[in-house]
Amino acid sequence: MRPRNRLHPLLMLAPTLAIIGLFFLYPLVVAARDSLYRWDLLTEPEYVGTTNYTRLWQSGELTGVVGRTLTFGLVVVVASTALGLALAIALNRPGKLYAFFRGAIFSAYVVSWVAVALLWMWILDPDAGVVTRAFRALGLPTMSWLGDPRSALYAIAFVTVWKITGYAMVVYLAGLQSVPASLFEAAALDGAGPLRRFIYITWPSLRPTTAFVASTGLIMSFQAFDVVRVMTQGGPVRSTTLFVYAIYEEIFVNLRVGRASALVVVFFFILILLTLLNLWAFRQSGGLADRAPKRERAEGAA
Amino acid sequence: MSSLERPTPIGRALRGVLLAVVALLWLGPYAWMTITSLKSLDEIVQAPAYPLPHSPNLDAYREVMTQVPVGRYLFNTLVMAFSIAALQILLALPAGYALAKLRFRGRRTAFFLVLACLLVPAQVTFVPVFTMLGPLGLVNTMASLVVPFAVSAFGTFLVRQALMSVPDEIIEAARLDGASELTIIYRILAPLVRPTLAAMFLFSFVYHYSDYFWPLVMTTDDENRTLPLAIALLREQGTGVRWHIVMAGNVILSAPVLAVFALAQRQIVRAVARG
Repeated sequence: MRPRNRLHPLLMLAPTLAIIGLFFLYPLVVAARDSLYRWDLLTEPEYVGTTNYTRLWQSGELTGVVGRTLTFGLVVVVASTALGLALAIALNRPGKLYAFFRGAIFSAYVVSWVAVALLWMWILDPDAGVVTRAFRALGLPTMSWLGDPRSALYAIAFVTVWKITGYAMVVYLAGLQSVPASLFEAAALDGAGPLRRFIYITWPSLRPTTAFVASTGLIMSFQAFDVVRVMTQGGPVRSTTLFVYAIYEEIFVNLRVGRASALVVVFFFILILLTLLNLWAFRQSGGLADRAPKRERAEGAA
Repeated sequence: MSSLERPTPIGRALRGVLLAVVALLWLGPYAWMTITSLKSLDEIVQAPAYPLPHSPNLDAYREVMTQVPVGRYLFNTLVMAFSIAALQILLALPAGYALAKLRFRGRRTAFFLVLACLLVPAQVTFVPVFTMLGPLGLVNTMASLVVPFAVSAFGTFLVRQALMSVPDEIIEAARLDGASELTIIYRILAPLVRPTLAAMFLFSFVYHYSDYFWPLVMTTDDENRTLPLAIALLREQGTGVRWHIVMAGNVILSAPVLAVFALAQRQIVRAVARG
């Protein structure tokens, strides 16, 4: 349609574009600039060229952080995707009981990270935590899950899986609605059992959904911060210093704005790569356009 | 699919086991949090531990209230989350209308810019925004918590998609009747896409109510701090093993979200599953 006045579209978009420019695009310029300076927030910034980047690289800091974040991300993605799929299939049935269980699992995704992290710190507490006590009662060896550098990363990965599996499940449930029921009926009539129906129908039909769930999970893992800040503060011996926490530490603990900004720039490029992967997966899964009507059909049927 | 077959006893047993495990893993922690919050310090450190409190009491909640000005933090959190959610809708409607319905030069560029923001999460912008706002004296203000989130790229995208399916004739008829563009956007089109707006509002509100990251980096004193920060501090203040107090704080923090979730599960799930 033609706007009534040539200025109207601009006026309607002005507030949105102003915020976008000020808080999304301009900060990228600021980060790129700051990454070329040494600055402690108190004294005058000093131009140091690309020193911040070379230091990050040569000290092994960057490799360490990327490696840790990638390990964390892979554990989280594989576990939450597999569990999300299993739960979606198992709980994809009518009835209030199943709806309640689906809601219970998904609620963890909605509840504050702070609440989740504190709750699991208490459950995993090495002295009085319920897991520790249960292990002791059963005669199993226990350890300080969050206090031992060998297990801390996996402990926070476990808690992250607990929190985001509900998200994976919900996306899979939406995906399951789009698998034609006639396929299952035909396969069942032909004598295919549950396992074969999964291998030959469910899994291939859900492959795009899996690509989307997994790539979204990877992005979430790379953005993880709260769980680290509350549960481990990056320790013990930096074993849980994930990417965003490393940035936070550089600026707010070490007061090295330049180093933090250099990390931000690198992080931004990693996120671009992951987001492109995600957008590709989103296209594969049908995108928004034809996902919405499918869900409505499913709700009508339920 | 299962309606095709009669459930076998083994199938039924497996399903029962599965439901029990799910209940233990996803409901157990909430139950444990609530039970712990009703106990006394002696009870949580004693070994062997009894699962249930001897005499359930609200002492831990009273303790939270005296350690933390919960009322003020809750007020800050609600003001912040409400302002963000409301602003996002207020700004997404005209922007979505222009992008969905009006033909003008630069439309593609504008749409591209909105989508590009999906590449720039808060975890990227917090360092430069902090150094930008610092010299202006804007760190530590409610504005620094709200304004950076006044636009939701994804929300704008959703509103645009929803408005695209509204027929042009409605807008043409309103124009003939002499309605201004603002009236068309907020009075005529907004009610037509209400489900999208409701889902967007709920999701944004719950998300920002729970947010820990941004308020943590943008505020340094109590004036504008939010509830998640205060609850996280309950443990950091060197309270040692006083987990009953931390869990009471946890209940206070998560109960409102769980209540909203119980009431509006469908909308929230829809907003999330689309994202």
